[in-house]
Order: sequence, then structure tokens, then C-alpha cells
Amino acid sequence: MGNSSVFFGIAEIGYFVAMMVYIAYFVFKGEYLGKGATTVTIVSFLAQTAAFISRWVESYNLGIGRPPLTNLYESLVFFVWCLMLGYLIVEFKYKRRSLGAFVTPLAALALGFVDLTGMSKKIEPLVPALQSNWLLAHVTMSFIAYAAFGLSFAAALMYLIVKTERRNEPAYVFWSVSSSVFFIVIFAMLLDYMNYKVVGESTEGFIKNYLFKTTFRNASSGVAVFSYIVAGIVVFLTWRYGYIIKKAINGFNVSVDFLDELNYKVIAVGFPIFTLGGLICGAVWADQAWGTYWSWDPKETWSLITWLVYAFYLHARYLKGWRGKKVAVVSVVGFITVIFTYLGVNIFLSGLHSYGDMP
Amino acid sequence: MMNQGMTDKTRDKTSIVNTIWGLFSSVRLAVILIAMIALLSIVGTLIEQGAEPEKNVILFKKIFGDALAPAAYRISESLGFMDMYSSWWFLALLALLATNLIICSLDRLPGIRRIVSKPMEPLKEDGFGHHGINKQFVCNGSLTDIRVKVVTALRQLGFHPSEFALERGVQYYAQKWQHARYAVYVIHLNIIVILVGAVVGIQFGFHGFMKIDEGQTTDTAISRKGEEHHLGFSIRCDDFNVQFYGDTDMPKTYLSFLTVLENGKEMLKTSIEVNRPMSYKGYTFYQASYGPLGEGSGVLVLRVTSKDGKSEVISKNVGDVLNIQGSALEAKIMAFSPALAFNKEEKAYTYTDMLNNPAIYVVFREGRTEKYGGWIFKRYPKSWNIPDGSKLELIDNWGYQYTGIQVRKDPGVWIVYLGCICMTLGLYFAFFLSHKKIWVLLVGDKGKVDIKIAASAHKNRGAFDTSIDKAFGPLRDQIGRDQPAANTKGG
Ligand code: HEM
Repeated sequence: MGNSSVFFGIAEIGYFVAMMVYIAYFVFKGEYLGKGATTVTIVSFLAQTAAFISRWVESYNLGIGRPPLTNLYESLVFFVWCLMLGYLIVEFKYKRRSLGAFVTPLAALALGFVDLTGMSKKIEPLVPALQSNWLLAHVTMSFIAYAAFGLSFAAALMYLIVKTERRNEPAYVFWSVSSSVFFIVIFAMLLDYMNYKVVGESTEGFIKNYLFKTTFRNASSGVAVFSYIVAGIVVFLTWRYGYIIKKAINGFNVSVDFLDELNYKVIAVGFPIFTLGGLICGAVWADQAWGTYWSWDPKETWSLITWLVYAFYLHARYLKGWRGKKVAVVSVVGFITVIFTYLGVNIFLSGLHSYGDMP
Repeated sequence: MMNQGMTDKTRDKTSIVNTIWGLFSSVRLAVILIAMIALLSIVGTLIEQGAEPEKNVILFKKIFGDALAPAAYRISESLGFMDMYSSWWFLALLALLATNLIICSLDRLPGIRRIVSKPMEPLKEDGFGHHGINKQFVCNGSLTDIRVKVVTALRQLGFHPSEFALERGVQYYAQKWQHARYAVYVIHLNIIVILVGAVVGIQFGFHGFMKIDEGQTTDTAISRKGEEHHLGFSIRCDDFNVQFYGDTDMPKTYLSFLTVLENGKEMLKTSIEVNRPMSYKGYTFYQASYGPLGEGSGVLVLRVTSKDGKSEVISKNVGDVLNIQGSALEAKIMAFSPALAFNKEEKAYTYTDMLNNPAIYVVFREGRTEKYGGWIFKRYPKSWNIPDGSKLELIDNWGYQYTGIQVRKDPGVWIVYLGCICMTLGLYFAFFLSHKKIWVLLVGDKGKVDIKIAASAHKNRGAFDTSIDKAFGPLRDQIGRDQPAANTKGG
């Protein structure tokens, strides 16, 4: 292992710290906390950039020589890099930090998933089907778009929290349940991680044998039932006391129009990139490699579904009564589709894409 | 409507047409159709498409339980869910979406054309203050001076302003990027183009597969339905090779050397690999798979190098004997293994029938006495040395493999790509360019100039607002001390 893993280690720890500080800033406000959070994020981002470059150099030294964007590990890490770059741009452009408390957990989740599943970090040469510049363009642009969608997800979630008033409103139920499930998943994975340390198994094997085994899928049914009860209580508490989060956000004087606008703007950036990179470059690659630009295999179909969800979002904004809350829900659903397209398809559905196969 | 008296037949007809037109010109229908296509596509990824029934029956058992699964499966199958994306109702949904797009575009285009082609006109004085962006401030200086500065500022913003003279001043007005309003239609039109390209490909194209043994020639591809399809020319596989990374069995390249023949004449000699297909007369050939042909069917290509460095290339079969030049040795090829490895007890065994690590077992004799014997590998030069100083190298094994080639003819693919390119351009224009208008009114008054700005952008107004502030910044710095700046932003 070369420099890249050292830099990457710094970045990884840095992002986790940044997440904590952003959340602390979110709760306690305090300008020094905000400045601290930004500083930690910038340092981690620079470390990750250094890791990216030195990994690229290392691959040349190994005689493989390609940008580090070709397997699941590298692409997830690249996603985090784009997400943080996009976030920093938004933070500096609009001078607003509160979004950080919603974006950094996404980065932490992605990196946590990398470590938890112990996926191979080795620089491997590419099998023939993957030796294509179209594929490289496809992956790069897809992940830039995914990062934009990740930002829109954070903005939409914040929007929903600020905008909903009553606990029996569907939009309120939606955000409180989806965000608490999100945090429960992170937390359960963290417990697995502490329990099993790094597991050098295939990701599918990991999912089968370890994921949530500390909690929901514990061998002892007592622990499992207890975990479900605790999770239920967390969801309930988030739902019951969601107004505390709402108050915390209100303390920042973030205007809802800003969040709605930001949500639309990042999707406006992400959608064309996803169309060109995610769908078109992917289709050209498939055409070059196999002689069909579209074969309805699950991975392709899920990319199309993601694209349709965002097309739905763009058009729903034109319908009366679909402004604001409803389209924000669509944006959150859109990002859930993104996650499923990237991870769910490999884990739950079989496809002919050897690319996504987890090492 | 139904409850109205149907007295006038023609009116009734037009009203049906109107109802249908109204339905298909609505964005609401578009949103419903997009959602339905997305949801059904999800179903299509859960049920494995075109798979053996058993696979999906297992899934159905999980969902519906053992008792209901067979019936549920039969119903779903008859509805076409097992080959969903070519079922009539899925194609019908796509057709509806296309109709929706066309009618919706036709419905709106005239209005958009009117907006785009309408020339800019100066704004009446009371029109200021009622646009998306409104600004007002006062500058010190003569009207002639300020006019120059205003024109400069407008040019800087990318406008070519027209001038309209007033009694005590002047109005400048301009618009740009009005054609950006068409961008959304470019996107929609090209979705249709892509669908048309796909239909052309399905109607007039061909998809098939060819399996050619090394050294063989064929002019037939097998279609996906299993029918024979004659290309009108023949392809010969001259050689097929797999290259590996270093010592590993990780493939680096799959390489087929092909010759195109027409009436026995060689027309083209080329090689294909994955991601590097070849085209001939509308057909494209893709390296897709390969495999072994079974034992003893091929030729071994060997290079013999004598002690004094002279070498020759010869072809032999298993069981043949060859003489090593410049030595009394005689070599007999005893066996061939496509993929040889040694186990823990140093015993040789073949680990796969793919030709990952070809080797021959050779026994060297001098007269009647056996001197040495051993495995000679294609991939390991160390194994080529013979103890007496000469060399026997396995260069190639030929006729042991077939290459699998995907064949495609798709006259629609260029239509699809053209549609993709234009749709992407449309997307960039739709999101990043907007139709911008600006009016600037200057009224001179005793060494001061009263400036009013009205502006609009059909998208991304905030950014336009900021750039106006930037361009007019130097002017605003001259604001008279006694007159505070006013900046109103209205609806
Ligand atoms: C999946 C297919 C479709 C895609 C990818 C698509 C894409 C887009 C995009 C990117 C925009 C611009 C949105 C914005 O500026 O925020 C748009 C606007 C629009 N689309 Fe679509 N569209 C699709 C299908 C349809 C269909 C079937 C209709 C039929 C009614 C339709 C009608 C409209 C209308 C009316 C607008 C607004 C135009 C305006 O700004 O005045 N779209 N579409």
C-alpha cells in the first residue's frame, strides 16, 4: 500500500469528524463550530484529492495506468469526492453551513459501506469488457450526477422538515420515517463494524453473513426483536419530536425558497450530466462491447427508472399543487432510486453487467 | 360532455377531437405515463425477463406462497410479464408517451413561436417596476456620459441594445437567447427521434451469433430466434487468442483474426477484440465469447532453435516426432493440455478445458534411450530450454478453439445516436440558457440622470439579477450623495 491509503485514511477519519462537528454546529450553532466543520471538511477533501492522485500514479507504477474509477470501491470514493466538492461549492457560494449536517452523513455512509463490506481496495488490471473510454466517461459522469442528486436529497429533506407543520401530514411522516431509517441503518452498520471489524469477504457474502447480524438479524431472536423495538422507538421519537430538528433549522434562518431553488438547481445540473453520462455513454459502451445499446438488463433499467423519476420531478413542478413539498418528496425518492441503482441492483438483482460485480 | 344534448353532429365530432387533443396536450398525462413506465420497469427487473420458468416460479412462491404461485405465474405469463419490455401494453405505453409528447409540443409551439419572434419594444414609463427584476437609481453626470456607460454595461451583459429617444432622455432595450425557449422542444422531439431509431433497428435490423472454429469459414449467423441468416459474404477465423496479465489467469485481451471473403476473394483482413468491433457492409462483428473444441483436433506450432542459434518453425500434432537440428536428439510430443497446473504433490493436471495455460509433454530421445522428458508451456519461456542447449518453444496451438461473434445490423443506431446528441444539447440549452430581456430608461435632470431598469429571464432569474448588478456597479458608485439608492424587486 502506498501513499494513497495514508491520505485516504486521513480523509476518511476527517469526514467522520466533519459529520460530528457539522451536527454539533447544527445543534449548538456557534460560529467557531461552523468554521471548524468547514476547515475539517476542506482538509479531508484535500487529503482525498491527494489520495486520488497518488492512487492514479501508483497504478502507473504497477504498469496498469488508468484513472482510479473502475471498480466499486473507487467509484464510491469518487462519489464522496464529488459530493463534498459540490457541497463546498454550495457552502461558499451561498454562505450557508447548515446543509452540511445533512450532506456529511451521506459521505460517511458511503465510506462506512466501503470499510464495512471490506471490498477490495487493490488496484487490479481490467478485464477486456471494461477497457473502454466510454465506460470511463460513463462512470465519471454518473457519479458527478449522483453527487448532485445527493445534494438535492439533502436540500429536499431540509425543505420538508422546515415546511411541514403537523405530525399527521403525509410529508411529515415521510421525512421523519425516511430520515430515521437512514440513521438507523448507519448506526446498525456501525455496530456491525465494531463487532466484526473489517471483513475480508465478498460483498454478497458480507450481506448474507454479517450485515445487521449484530442487531436485526442477530442469532438470538431476543436481540433481534429488541433491535426492532429500539428502531421502532427511534422512528417514533423522530416522528414525535421532529419539531426539535425543525427548530434547529429555523435557527439558521434558511429560507424555504432557497432550499426549493437549490433543490431544483442541483437537479438541473445533475440531470443533463446523468442523461449524457449515465444513459448515453453507458449505451454507447454497451454497443461497442456487445453490439446492443439497450438490452433492458436490470442495471440499465434501473438507470432509466432513476432518469424517469427526475424527469417526473421536472414535470411535476409544472403541475398546479405540485410545488414545494410534493416535488421535494419526489427528489428524496429519486436519490433512494440512485442508491438502489448503484448498490441494490448488485445485491438484490442479478444482471449481466460484470462491471458492478463486487470483488 | 355526455349530458349535453347532441344536436350538432359536427360540433360533437370536433368536441371529441378537442377532448382527445386536450387530454394528450396535458403535462398531467405525461407525469402519469412517466410514473407508470417507471413502476412497470421496476416489476420488469424483479421478474427475470426471458428466463426459464423455474427461476421466476421460485420468486412467485416467495411472494404469493406455494399454493397461489402456479396460478399467479400463469396469469402473469399470459399477460406478458415474462417478456415484459416487448409486450403489447408496454409498447403501447411508450407509444402513448410519444403521442403525448408530439401533441403537447404541437399545442404549445405556436405560442412559443409568437413569444420568440415578437420584436422587442420599448417599455412605457409606467411599465417599469413590474418585471421580474426592477432597479432604480440616480447618477451624477451628464446624460451623454451616462449613455455611453449604460451601452457599455449592456454590451458587457451580451446585449445589442436598440435605442428609443425620449423628450428628456433615452431608453435602451434588448433581448437575447430568445431561441432558448425552443430548447425544451428540442429535448422532446429528440426523445421521439430516439424511439423512431429504436423501431427502425427492430424492424430492419438483425441480431445474431456466429461460432467459427479456428481455420473455418462461414457465411451464416444464427438469429436470436434460432433461425439461419445468410450474410451474403463469408468470414474466416484465422486465429483466436487470449492474452493474460502477467502470470495470472486474468484475461487482458480476447483477439480474433478474421478474413472477410466474397466469392472466394479476400476482401478484408482484420482483427477484433472486445470493445473494438469491425464493420462490413452494414454488419458489425463483436468479439463475444470463445471456447475449446475438444481434444486432439488442432495443430501445434513449434519453434526449434539449435545450439548455434538457427531456428525454424514447424507444425506438428500430438504423437508426432521431430528432430532437433544440430543435435542427435529426437523429440516426441506425447500429450497436450489446454491448461496445465501442478498440485501439491507436484503432479500435473489440467484445471480447465479453456486454453488458459497450454502445454505439451515432450520426451527427448537419443537413439533408443530416453534422455529427458517434461512439460513445455506456451506462456513460460523457462520451460523451453532443453538441457543440451537447444530450445523447443510452443508458439501456438491452432484449431483448438472457436471464437463466438455477435453479429448486428442496425440501420437505426445512427438515428438513435443523433437523437441522443441533440437531446443532450437541448438539455444544456434548456437548463443553462434563458430568454433574457432588459429595458433601461435614462432621464436627465440638471446634472443628474435618473436610471430605471426592468428585466426578465424565463429561467434562473437570480443569476441574471446578480450579473446586472455587476455590470451596472460602476455606474451605481456615482450615485448622488443626497439621493439614496433604491432597489426594488417585484413579483
Ligand atoms: C421521459 C420523457 C421526457 C423528458 C426526459 C422530458 C424532459 C423535459 C425537460 C428537461 C424539461 C425542462 C424542465 C425545466 O426546464 O425545468 C421539460 C419540460 C416540459 N416537458 Fe418534458 N420531457 C419528457 C416527456 C414529456 C412529455 C410526454 C410531455 C407531454 C406533455 C412533456 C411536456 C413538457 C412541458 C409542457 C414542459 C415545460 C415546457 C416549458 O418550459 O414551457 N414532457 N421536459
